[in-house]
Amino acid sequence: MSVFTDQAVLTVSIDGEADLLRVRSVLRAEAQQVGLGLTAATKLVTAGSELARNIIRYATHGQGAMAVERLGREDRLGVRAVFTDDGPGIADLDLVMRDGYSTGGSLGLGLPGSRRLVDEFSIDSSPGQGTRVVIAQWAR
Amino acid sequence: MSDEVPILRVGGNLLVTLQGNLDDSTVEQIENAVTSEVARTAASGVLIDVSGLSIVDSFVARVIARLVAMVGLLGAASTIVGLQPAVAITLVELGVPMGHVRTALNAEQGIALLRGARDERVH
Repeated sequence: MSVFTDQAVLTVSIDGEADLLRVRSVLRAEAQQVGLGLTAATKLVTAGSELARNIIRYATHGQGAMAVERLGREDRLGVRAVFTDDGPGIADLDLVMRDGYSTGGSLGLGLPGSRRLVDEFSIDSSPGQGTRVVIAQWAR
Repeated sequence: MSDEVPILRVGGNLLVTLQGNLDDSTVEQIENAVTSEVARTAASGVLIDVSGLSIVDSFVARVIARLVAMVGLLGAASTIVGLQPAVAITLVELGVPMGHVRTALNAEQGIALLRGARDERVH
């Protein structure tokens, strides 16, 4: 018996605005499954919505995916969501993590805002290599 | 959400209810419907009921702020009512600037606020 059990739940392909609803409902359902509180769940779903919207807006053909995993530790459960795309990538990660920076006419809060909403956040990207953002929220 | 945007007339005000998971095109539809309805009815105030929204991301927040600005240009005051506590916490941490948007806990208080705003303008 292992005390560390992470399991893949499902992958949602992102290919247009209709998939935003799917991303949100999958995250909401998984948050409930692991027992996240309402505020933590709302933050997770909102962060996921921001990241999915980034894929739709910036990735090549607006396509990417979200893979959801259930995290199990000895004393707590959590949700991890991995957003990937094969888009143009991001040249300056420091710049895009700054509040208010946007090339798309938005508020420029998607990435820095999402980071504030979740317990764990990491981003990996380089030009031509696509982008991978990982978020996780733990039940208290 | 259906194609029709629910807009109710309450006295000289309009009550707009935002519900469910809003996608980009629905939100834009709402903007158009509300602004034309304000112009058509010469409403003095608009209550935007967001109690049915379980999340408001930065796109939806921006649309709400735009809607408030548009309604303001048409000469009516707006009040956002019924923001869920978890959504309010999330919006602040997300960093969405909503400081200029007038809010009230519920529709009743919202109408009282709008009434106050109208009286101020009359004086």
